[in-house]
Amino acid sequence: MFFEHYNYWIFVILLMIGLYTVMSRSNLIKKMIGLSLFQTAVFLFYITLGKIEGGTAPILMEGEDVLYSNPLPHVLILTAIVVGVATTALGLALIVRIKETFGTIEEDDILRMEDEQK
Amino acid sequence: MNALFSQAPILAIVIPLMGAPISALFRGAVLPWAIATMLSAASFWFSIDLLVHVNTVGPISYELGGWEPPWGIEYVVDPLSAFVMMVISGISTGVLLYARESILKEVSTDRLGMFFAAYLLALAGMMGITITGDAFNIFVFLEITSLSSYVLISMGERTDRRALFAAFQYLVMGTIGATFILIGVGLLYAMTGTLNIADIASKFDAIAHTTPVRAAVGFLIVGVAIKLAMFPFHIWLPNGYTYAPSIITAFFAGTATKVSVYLMIRFIYTMFGEDFSFGEIPLTSMLMTLGVIAFLSMSVVAIFQDNLKRLLAYSSVAQLGYMTVGIALASEMGLIASITHVFNHAIVKTGLFLTVGAIFYMVGSTYIKDLAGIGQRMPITSFAFVLGGLGLIGVPLTPGFVSKWYLVQAALERGDMVGYGLTIAMLISSLFAVIYVWRVVEVMYFRPAPEGAECKEAPLSMMIPCWIFVIAIFYFGIETSVNIGFAEAAASFLMGGAK
Repeated sequence: MFFEHYNYWIFVILLMIGLYTVMSRSNLIKKMIGLSLFQTAVFLFYITLGKIEGGTAPILMEGEDVLYSNPLPHVLILTAIVVGVATTALGLALIVRIKETFGTIEEDDILRMEDEQK
Repeated sequence: MNALFSQAPILAIVIPLMGAPISALFRGAVLPWAIATMLSAASFWFSIDLLVHVNTVGPISYELGGWEPPWGIEYVVDPLSAFVMMVISGISTGVLLYARESILKEVSTDRLGMFFAAYLLALAGMMGITITGDAFNIFVFLEITSLSSYVLISMGERTDRRALFAAFQYLVMGTIGATFILIGVGLLYAMTGTLNIADIASKFDAIAHTTPVRAAVGFLIVGVAIKLAMFPFHIWLPNGYTYAPSIITAFFAGTATKVSVYLMIRFIYTMFGEDFSFGEIPLTSMLMTLGVIAFLSMSVVAIFQDNLKRLLAYSSVAQLGYMTVGIALASEMGLIASITHVFNHAIVKTGLFLTVGAIFYMVGSTYIKDLAGIGQRMPITSFAFVLGGLGLIGVPLTPGFVSKWYLVQAALERGDMVGYGLTIAMLISSLFAVIYVWRVVEVMYFRPAPEGAECKEAPLSMMIPCWIFVIAIFYFGIETSVNIGFAEAAASFLMGGAK
């Protein structure tokens, strides 16, 4: 059961580790790491979807009847990787600005400072 | 059909998309704003064109790059998507007309080019989500919208540094939501081998009983629910709306969550089909419970807010609860109520946030305690707020009443205890709305203004768009043939189109 579809299991485990990190950590950088892990797990999922056992890269060869992997999920995930990079970059940029204005990157401290500002 | 119009579906998206880098090139206070306004108006014009065409001739299928669907990406303009596109681009244009003076006070001038670039990207993304007939394309446009909205919300940092953390919170929640949608789309692709929504829908019944499809449905619904700020996933919305620049709050209040409502309807009715959504899985009871909790609890929370923008934001979560209930009722009447409320709430809430923006422009605060005596200091603005507040409560002659009327009818149509309970819950929630609007009005009119406060209205360039929205509120509340007519067409299309 596990070894037959181990890619999918790893996807699920990574996804949960990522989500747990996002929820449990107070440090914003660690939150971003969790978020990246969460997104990366989905990349693995899509790549696994397209893979066919014994299939090669999808390059058209003349005259031969070759088995090749489905390229579409791979192309899709390329887009998602770009989105992931953009999200991480934007998140880190926000963290830099937060550090500059609040002087800390601990969520608990920031929330306390926000409460005091009221 | 002339040559320009045959390209209207793509032009409505590409015009703001291409406008973004152009706007980013310009410096100064006026040029980027003028570009954004003109392009948004052009997009609005095409949307109206499409809406009229769809309702007189029939749905349009536009093949991107001439690739035939389901292989190529298809843009589908049907009565629902055309209606939502009209709402989005219309709200965006109205907000931009107002934006020039307001934004100068809140964002530094050298950043305006980039600011309006992000604004146009958000607009293009939302229009794209609405028009596309491709499931993966939805994710791409969703991320375009989300990334630019994180930036736009963080731009409020100049007036309140809490905008930064609000944007970060939204980034975390939004990314989790969008990734859930991505997983759902992936699972559906694995089972059907296609990404075209109509194609998935046609193959859906045969595979509906399988576990991956059920998982996909769960991921898609939860993902959209996070983006929709449906209770209990609403945590990002009040912060984001409170600290964003005034015009961004007004823009998002009328569009961002409405697009998610559209996605929810699209997934449930077009992709899964209502037999599956409401028969096979208990979506009715799930969504209805959450919707009722949303409008009851969030209306109560709104009463106790000390910041006017936060109060209106919580009221938005409550109003989204009404829309969710309308979807969950699984009847044509419920859908009409939901779709009409998308339009009605968009103009009411945007109008209200614009008047709040005008108050902020003059007073420099949105805390209710600082608004004492505003009724005497800024009579015209305050009166606009009162009229908008009436629309929010749902007083007859305002659009809020029209959509609630339809929702009550849809609830009573069920004829069981749930329907009666729902009606009573809606009445109670409306009473809460009276309380939170009255709380603000009381401070505005019956508390003396602080000593030495000057009597001055916001500039005309802000007042006129405010009043356009206020007049629109009453126009569409009395002459309901536009909103109800198009919503009815969309609902009957969805119910008839469902397999």
